[in-house]
Amino acid sequence: MTTPGRLPQPYGHDSGANLADILERVLDKGVVIAGDIRINLLDIELLTIKLRLIVASVDKAKEMGIDWWEDDPALSTRARRDELTRENAKLRERLAQLEPARGQEEAS
Amino acid sequence: MTGLRYVYAICRPFRSALQRQLTGVAGSPPKQLTHHGLIAVVSTVPETDFAEEPLRAHLEDMEWLTATARAHQTVIDALTVVTTPLPLRLATVFRDDSGVRTMIEAREDDFRRILDRLEGRVEWGVKVYAEPEPTEAARPGEGAAAGGTGRTAASGRDYLRQRRTQTRAREDVWQKAAAFAGRLHETLSAFAEDSRLHAPQSAALSGASGQNMLNAAYLVPRRDSEEFVELVDREKDDAPGIRVELTGPWAAYSFTGEFAEEPEVEP
Repeated sequence: MTTPGRLPQPYGHDSGANLADILERVLDKGVVIAGDIRINLLDIELLTIKLRLIVASVDKAKEMGIDWWEDDPALSTRARRDELTRENAKLRERLAQLEPARGQEEAS
Repeated sequence: MTGLRYVYAICRPFRSALQRQLTGVAGSPPKQLTHHGLIAVVSTVPETDFAEEPLRAHLEDMEWLTATARAHQTVIDALTVVTTPLPLRLATVFRDDSGVRTMIEAREDDFRRILDRLEGRVEWGVKVYAEPEPTEAARPGEGAAAGGTGRTAASGRDYLRQRRTQTRAREDVWQKAAAFAGRLHETLSAFAEDSRLHAPQSAALSGASGQNMLNAAYLVPRRDSEEFVELVDREKDDAPGIRVELTGPWAAYSFTGEFAEEPEVEP
């Protein structure tokens, strides 16, 4: 049995702030145990690379209007959807360009 | 019961109850699973989100990752109030309770050893930032070049001189901050039982918040925590351009490193 002593009020991470500190700890520190669901966080390469940047200060960045990860398909489902839509539009456009060309070829 | 088991932490049995309305990842309340005198704090999570494939996809999704990391930390925080948890890394997931029990049996000696070492201790995070003053904005009349209009420098030479002065002031602050960070770390490590230096957090996105010169974690007995906080307060330099940031108390995340690597898996 443990009896906790008196602790000072938490500093910094009580108000939902300091996401960078939280990510740094829950993703990078703590005990690593291979569960039944085997995912090595370090294998998720993009995540690791992006986090190295993000860990800077996400809240701050958001405050400043820097939210590039939200438009980064690797990091956000919303962005992934947007990209799909864009890609679809691009493909359709390309198709539209190709079809008349093919039509001419066949005609000649 | 269907669903997978998400494990937050291992700890010893504790007397106080967790907050009743505490929610963990996937919005499910954490429960205690006792085995061999140790407790695994677990949530039942849906397979649709936490099986290998969906989990892998989710982890690349910043929104999901943020929410899950916060939920994970909320549970660890709640545990830190009532006991000394051994925090596991985000997304440690088992098929069922028996999978969790097997894991406890395989690692119980390690768990006990580390729990003994960490018992009654918490982690405090201390960061030092160098924040050179934005000279242009600080001195009206002389500067006001913040907008980059180029009106202020009368000539190219004036402009260069201005730039040189700014650069020198900035380097000066960095040097002072680095020296201060070194002294502060020395003082705090002497007080703490153990310390870890982490990579400075990148300023690539933070811009205005300055250059992170020190990013350290200190292992401190709970009963000495107030004194530690006061010590940090006292040591805080009044020098302009240096900012000290204290976070905690955290579970001893940074001090689980001695934990043995995965033992050989027995067939």
